[in-house]
Amino acid sequence: MKNLLRYIIARTLLTIPMLFILLTIVFAVIRIMPGDPVSAMLGGHAPEKVIEQKKEELGLNKPLIVQYGNYLWQVAHLDLGTSMIFKQKVTSAITDKLPATIELTIFGMLVTLLVGVPLGAYAADNRRSGKDYLIRLFGIVIYCIPVYWLGLMFQMIFGVWLDWFPVAGRTGARVFVSTFEQTGLYIIDTLLINDWAALWDVLMHLVLPSLTLGLVLSGIFIRLTRANMLDVLKSDYILAAEARGIRHFPVVYKHGLLNAFVPILTMMGLQVSLLMAGAVLTESTFSWPGMGRLLLERIYLRDYPTIQGVIVIFALIVAFMSLIVDIIYALIDPRVRY
Amino acid sequence: MKENVLEIKNLHVQFPIHIGTVRAVEDVSLNLRKGEVMGLVGESGCGKSTLGFSILRLLRPPGHIASGEINYHGRDICSMPQKELLELRGRNISMIFQDPLTSLDPLYTIGDQFLETLRTHEKGIKKKIALERAADMLKNLGISPNRLHEYPHQMSGGMRQRIMIGIGLILNPDLLIADEPTTALDVIVEAQFLDLLNELREKFELTIMFITHNLGVVAQASDRITVMYGGRMAETGTAEDVFADPKHPYTQGLLASVPNIKLEQPELQAMPGAPPDLVNPPPGCVFHPRCPHVMDVCKQEVPKSFQANGHMTACWLYK
Repeated sequence: MKNLLRYIIARTLLTIPMLFILLTIVFAVIRIMPGDPVSAMLGGHAPEKVIEQKKEELGLNKPLIVQYGNYLWQVAHLDLGTSMIFKQKVTSAITDKLPATIELTIFGMLVTLLVGVPLGAYAADNRRSGKDYLIRLFGIVIYCIPVYWLGLMFQMIFGVWLDWFPVAGRTGARVFVSTFEQTGLYIIDTLLINDWAALWDVLMHLVLPSLTLGLVLSGIFIRLTRANMLDVLKSDYILAAEARGIRHFPVVYKHGLLNAFVPILTMMGLQVSLLMAGAVLTESTFSWPGMGRLLLERIYLRDYPTIQGVIVIFALIVAFMSLIVDIIYALIDPRVRY
Repeated sequence: MKENVLEIKNLHVQFPIHIGTVRAVEDVSLNLRKGEVMGLVGESGCGKSTLGFSILRLLRPPGHIASGEINYHGRDICSMPQKELLELRGRNISMIFQDPLTSLDPLYTIGDQFLETLRTHEKGIKKKIALERAADMLKNLGISPNRLHEYPHQMSGGMRQRIMIGIGLILNPDLLIADEPTTALDVIVEAQFLDLLNELREKFELTIMFITHNLGVVAQASDRITVMYGGRMAETGTAEDVFADPKHPYTQGLLASVPNIKLEQPELQAMPGAPPDLVNPPPGCVFHPRCPHVMDVCKQEVPKSFQANGHMTACWLYK
């Protein structure tokens, strides 16, 4: 236990330099991006004087190093600046939209894991059978499908033809968000006030977007789980467990899958960034009022501070998730703690 | 004569692969009597491990028992339903493997792995009682019971092999199949392990099938020896007979190729030729292409077992 705690503390401290590097990259990328925010705001024909004045106002006339220092200082104070287009703090725009994205990505990841890992394990256990080929085919096909196309198909089939699920937004017209909104995570909010009808509505709205996002990524996990399971099932401790008379199911899933899960978990950490990218597309398809849609809207408007803010938050999420993954890693595999 | 714990009759094990069928074990018949240690020797690929695995029906597909019988106290393992087989594994017959470093699941503590084995075979056993039994077993093995809470990676190879054998014996099986159990250990740990095995054998009244390619180990550990070559039995008899007076030309060659510390021979006597191709084995005796005493009959007919100086030899020389 002491070792575990020491590992977690050390790993958390290591996140600090990682965050620093991430913030620096975001700063640099925004400055390298083509296009000038000031002329974007004022139009190409603004008088020189007005441009200078605007630059001064935004702090863009200062040397890069000073801008960089200011930026770090702001981020350290949880301030991501003010939108250039709307007179609104970037942080408040983000706190409005972030919960929607968190809800979507958590459910997307759940779908990915619940579909990908069991199917991959089952395929490995039934290697070279018809089921195995079928599952592998599904994995490849689903991974090749573009997120937005899958979303459109789901909307058409399950939303329009079958009319099982709503096709857009987080809530239906009969549910008034203002009656329950506290954290912005609607599932928690509705649970807090015991509003079951609203909870049901929120869950129904989540089905298609999270299936869309989750299924596409599940293809990777099917292949990854299957490959790792095949390796693990060849190992001596599996044979030794069989030789002790342990039943097939625990041999394959308790010993096999748990050992195969360690590399899968690593992959999960890496997939968080793909999940975020997928969320941007899914949100657009399903009019999901989250970070992805915010990012897309503000890119069209060249609202640099907001773009920068959203990317910083995405980077923080990825860093945070990789920390979580590493901690779970240590909980599963005792060898990691030393 | 003591009763037979295990009787193998005309066992054939085959692996159909894309280029043909590997005949890994061909027509092997042998008995293990209660309380004895049977040494199974031969070079890599001679079928000795495959024979060991087939006793518990642990062959990896496409390997399978093509024909023959394996009787454990009169019950045929080959035709046994899966449920009965699972009960037999670990409870009546245990197996330990070559590499102790990889034979324990790295994600579970030693105690968990004892517990799992006990719970599988004794439904409803209390956790406390199971762990006490595991702790007692560790004491038998000369390992502190505190180690139950540790993970395999925290132990040395020799310790892990002792734990393997401990998990194998926790349910009091009467037959232990040891597949090259000392190959991965250094000589000092190997000697300690063999002493321990001897001790446990008396304590638990074990019958042991000891599979190895190491002639020194087999001489030290076994009562009887079976020499295998190319999937077939070449010679079988008591350890003294086979070592003092090997009859089969393969056994003779094998013994001559062991380096001698007294340097009575200036050079190692290496056997000419290579082990046979088991997909297309040579006709007649599988050993004939390498045999210094080869005769015409050897190239045509598979030799039967002949009695020679108190033990059985599959060689036409002793017809």
